[in-house]
Amino acid sequence: MPVICREEGRTLVASVSGELDHHQAKAVMEELERRIDQALPRQLTLDLEKLTFTDSSGIAVLLRTWRRMGQIQGSMRVIHAPAQAKRVFRAAGLERMIRFE
Amino acid sequence: MKKENYVSMEFPSCSANEGFARAAAACFAAQLDPTLEEINDIKTAVSEAVTNAIVHAYPDTIGKVVMRLILREERVVEIVVKDWGVGMEDVERAREPMFTTGNEERAGMGFTIMESFMDVLKVRSTPGKGTTVTMRRKIARRGGR
Repeated sequence: MPVICREEGRTLVASVSGELDHHQAKAVMEELERRIDQALPRQLTLDLEKLTFTDSSGIAVLLRTWRRMGQIQGSMRVIHAPAQAKRVFRAAGLERMIRFE
Repeated sequence: MKKENYVSMEFPSCSANEGFARAAAACFAAQLDPTLEEINDIKTAVSEAVTNAIVHAYPDTIGKVVMRLILREERVVEIVVKDWGVGMEDVERAREPMFTTGNEERAGMGFTIMESFMDVLKVRSTPGKGTTVTMRRKIARRGGR
């Protein structure tokens, strides 16, 4: 599973690694939702440092995760997004909704 | 535009082939000594085109996908992704951002990304017959050569 999570107080830190394409998206999405539902964090930090590739499947994963955090009144930020991923997310205007640091 | 080199490959519409297809396109484009950003743009666009064929062209079956990689004159890489799946009634609508017939795993951004990452995007589709996506990207000549 290319998702590794740890809890820091009420923050859930999730690291997604490898290639996040359509082939992987469902598993990553389900794992993120399962961990969010378990931890009910105030904040989700999505660490993409080890993400080697993504496409519009990654956009769908981020949007759905962001909505899930909204449903539980939590916030979400994305850290260490590589240049390739940033370019994909920017094409969809994700930076208007999701905090990238 | 003259063909200087080409590769043609056929594979079944299994999602495991998405990674293979974009890696093959990246390897083919490497002969033009592109920048990392150019390679990543091509990989991303190919990933979108092939994913569309896998997810939308053959929703309930495994079908044939053909990808042709062509090196044209003046450092233009052309990628053709062809399927014989369900096709689209309204290509213009399918190309609009956020439009999708897929479930919530799909963002509806595939064509938008192909359009913004490549120089040319042509989509031909006939309902019941299939879809052909043709994309072109010129690879800049780097300084000193």
